[in-house]
Amino acid sequence: MPPPAPEKLDSRALFIGFFQIGIVGFGGVLPIARRAIVEQRQWLTAIEFNDLFSLCQFMPGANITNFALVFGARHRGLPGALAAVSGLLVGPVALVLAMGALFARFADVPAVQHTVSGLAAAAAGLVAGTAMKIASPVVRKLIPAAVTAAAVGMIVLLHISLPLTMAVLLPVSIALAWRV
Amino acid sequence: MNHLWGVIVLFSQLSLLAVGGVNSTLPAILREVVDEKHWMNLQQFSQLFAIAQAAPGPNMLIVALIGQVRAGIIGGIAATIATVVPAGILVLAVGSVWDRFQRARWRRILQAAILPITAGLVLSAGIFLLRAADTRVMFAAISLAAIILSLKTKLHPLWLLGGGALAGLLFS
Repeated sequence: MPPPAPEKLDSRALFIGFFQIGIVGFGGVLPIARRAIVEQRQWLTAIEFNDLFSLCQFMPGANITNFALVFGARHRGLPGALAAVSGLLVGPVALVLAMGALFARFADVPAVQHTVSGLAAAAAGLVAGTAMKIASPVVRKLIPAAVTAAAVGMIVLLHISLPLTMAVLLPVSIALAWRV
Repeated sequence: MNHLWGVIVLFSQLSLLAVGGVNSTLPAILREVVDEKHWMNLQQFSQLFAIAQAAPGPNMLIVALIGQVRAGIIGGIAATIATVVPAGILVLAVGSVWDRFQRARWRRILQAAILPITAGLVLSAGIFLLRAADTRVMFAAISLAAIILSLKTKLHPLWLLGGGALAGLLFS
């Protein structure tokens, strides 16, 4: 058992904690973050973690960067929020920019093209699979299913912009959820 | 300098629309950077998305790569910050009062209202990415395999990405 976490974490602990979460979070940071924060460091109980994460899931923005911001702010205010989110992002952003620079340099090599195109096909499949997982509980009921279908129709078939799609669908969806 | 400004404006505008995560804005990002602004072609977009998925960290790294193509390393960093800050200010404001509304009805209504939209937007992202990536039968087969394996098994996503890359290299 690790020692119980202090009441207030300092910015250094927040930066280091989220740095370690970000840099090992391949294919989604959530499971890693849950293990590190709930089980290893015991910064939050499982229930506290779920509650905070549910906020970050439905607010706009990357779920895990939102989580780092709110969690950091609760410990050290704005400096804590900045420490946590920069800890989370600095490693992955540096790494992906290095990968991007390498790719730009060797993009003309046929083997690189083939490899990255295969990677892209798999990545597209992963997003589609994840989307189906998100959608499957939603589309079991008629009204949410209709909202989901309307979003796909507006974006994919009618090529309506995202701001306009949101401006139409969000009030409609809220009104429908209100009535239920 | 104009390029850098364009990157900052685009991603800070999309930040607040990323309901349920940055993947919800992928169709809008694709539309802007490929169809409207012509910063890159469809295949490049698809490849940059793939590289972002292969890196560790949050699934928003595609914005860093797009910023980098447009305005170098500074552009990549600026795109990341522009994506985080507007949504971050909102979540910090709501987060400070979140606990008080633990049982509030509007909280449940808002969550119930946003989830189906998120589902629709991420499904749209999947459709656009498949269209962009599957230019040949073999790539479509890789995508199909990734969909099925991600739904039916608990394989770590890295195995699926690695398998796709290897298949692309070997069978081209």
